[in-house]
Amino acid sequence: MSVAERTVEIAPAPDRLPRLLTETAAKWVSLAEHRRRAGPIPRVGRRPRIDIIDAAGRAGLRGKGGGAFPTGQKMEAVAAGPGRPVVLVNGAEGEPASGKDKLLLTRAPNLVLDGAQIAAAAIGAREVIVCVDRHANGALASVRRALSERAAAEPASVPVRLVGVPSHYVSGEETALVRWLSGGDAKPTTPPKPYERGVGGRPTLVDNVETLAHLAQIVRWGPTWFRSVGTRSEPGSTLLTVSGAVGRPGVYEVPMGASLARVLQRAGAIDGEVSAVLVGGYFGTWLSAEQSATAHLSRADLVRFGGDLGPGVVVALPRDACGVVEAARVVSWLAASTAGQCGSCMHGLASLAESAGAVARGRARRDAAMQLLRWAEQIEGRGACRLPDGAARFLRSSLATFQHEFDRHLRGAHCPEQRHVLPLPNPARDTWR
Amino acid sequence: MMLIAATAPKALWYLTRGAGVVTLLLLTATVVLGAVTSVRWSSPQWPRFVIEWLHRNVSLVVLMFLAIHVASAVIDGFVPLRWVDAVVPFSSAYKPLWVGLGAVALDLLVAVVVTSLVRVRIGYRTWRVVHWTAYACWPVALVHSIGSGSDTAHGWILVVDGLVVVGALAAVGWRAAGRSPAGVLGPGTGGR
Amino acid sequence: MTLRLRVDPIVCDGHGVCAELFPERVSLDDWGYPIVDSDAIGRDLLDHARRAVAACPVLALRLERA
Repeated sequence: MSVAERTVEIAPAPDRLPRLLTETAAKWVSLAEHRRRAGPIPRVGRRPRIDIIDAAGRAGLRGKGGGAFPTGQKMEAVAAGPGRPVVLVNGAEGEPASGKDKLLLTRAPNLVLDGAQIAAAAIGAREVIVCVDRHANGALASVRRALSERAAAEPASVPVRLVGVPSHYVSGEETALVRWLSGGDAKPTTPPKPYERGVGGRPTLVDNVETLAHLAQIVRWGPTWFRSVGTRSEPGSTLLTVSGAVGRPGVYEVPMGASLARVLQRAGAIDGEVSAVLVGGYFGTWLSAEQSATAHLSRADLVRFGGDLGPGVVVALPRDACGVVEAARVVSWLAASTAGQCGSCMHGLASLAESAGAVARGRARRDAAMQLLRWAEQIEGRGACRLPDGAARFLRSSLATFQHEFDRHLRGAHCPEQRHVLPLPNPARDTWR
Repeated sequence: MMLIAATAPKALWYLTRGAGVVTLLLLTATVVLGAVTSVRWSSPQWPRFVIEWLHRNVSLVVLMFLAIHVASAVIDGFVPLRWVDAVVPFSSAYKPLWVGLGAVALDLLVAVVVTSLVRVRIGYRTWRVVHWTAYACWPVALVHSIGSGSDTAHGWILVVDGLVVVGALAAVGWRAAGRSPAGVLGPGTGGR
Repeated sequence: MTLRLRVDPIVCDGHGVCAELFPERVSLDDWGYPIVDSDAIGRDLLDHARRAVAACPVLALRLERA
């Protein structure tokens, strides 16, 4: 009998959205209240690994941190490794335009922690580590509070440790977190990957906080329920952080495959005011206004624009902003965000940033576009993490989407006093340790 | 060598000193080549791999001349030196301090060379730590040569000493100034 | 059992000796760092590969069984 069929319904399964973000106001939901709504962590059968991993697989749950790796498969791989596994809850959220993880941890920490307990049961872990950006005070406080309530009321569960991690862009990468937890800098490493050897040399399941929240609900209400929204190949709901030229920026929960135009409308975008939409964050791709009119938020649909949902970031670029200037800003920021470990990435991004900056100022060489593309190709796949790959993709997409503006800039135009839209925090605001 | 010792007593002594001087010169060359490797200097006639190859192989020639230097000193009965005095520092009857320093330099050099030969097995970090002792090995060898030589005051020895000191200091100074960063070649100018 | 050449991008310091010794499989990017072709190394190139691996000053180049 599957896990879902054994559960006792306390509250009925949500029949529509929101599923994760049911709490709209910033008020504390106590553990007792959470249990009333979501029930206890379901009692799993004698074979928790098989039941939970099977449920995740049948539900088609994929990671929500950007990689979209099938969650069931990942749990299986970790469980198969040597040594007692560890669950690492990734709430680092280094992507500047993303706020969904912090919000989820603030509004629904118990849902995430339930998911972590379930994942621990599935892989046989006896330790859960929750990693949160150490500057995210709201999320940290919320998790701390939830943990103390749980420690008092549900002491039999797997012990959970909360840590505040450096807020660098690449520090949320799974190998970087593992290295930091082992006493090193929060910088990515080369293989082995955490699922084989992670914290303390043990197989480590690194999952995004949203993934675990979905897992908790899947195990509670079943794969069929999970699949009742979304598309056949990409089921369920997903969290998006929408910002930019919208009247109501924030985190929205939408079904997978939702129409981008409708999401923007819901967030208060004004028709005709948006010139392009960045989907997927700074590793992502731009959609022109025409493209975003027909695009759907799923990997299957975004792939035709060479894009990806990534960690669910959507930024609408207003008409009075300049795509070239924004692209140059992002590339400079990515260049300043490297861990400084891999020569081709460090030097490559520095060259790209310099050249893109020159283009934005109207002072570029004639062959700047060719040079940018050449360098983008050279750095791809040659770092220890995906930063150079993401930067290359973003740059290529910028060149394609803003081709007209790039041509103008290459002929000497520049945009004085341009409004800066994309959020780019100072990379030097934290140490690596 | 025993025959030479019997027939021409002074010959072995000259051999010891001669081999010692050559050892010091070649050791200096090795240090200089090592520094050139570190600062990544190269030219079309002197590619990086040639400089590296020279560094490695000259160090082996150093070992060879060092062996002649030690063997001739021990076999020649002129001064009381045992084989063990060459590896255990400060244990000799003759000039224990100066000969002892030679033993120190020898021990360090052997450690550097052996670890370099098995570098792939012991890993980069371990290898590097031992290799740094080369910076101690060279001055110790120099001091040994000045202190234990019997003709230190002679002109040509001074010239040699002067040369090696200048050479080594220049190399180390260049190394300390930092290597030409890879990026300074600039984008678009090609790999070299 | 195929052997492939791989470079550890973190350890690599851009010395470029590998490209000198094994240009068939290693070229340098615009900043002096190696672009390694990871095709299988045939018996005819194995000696060159091994020489390049041994010559790397920081042991960043590796021959891996894949």
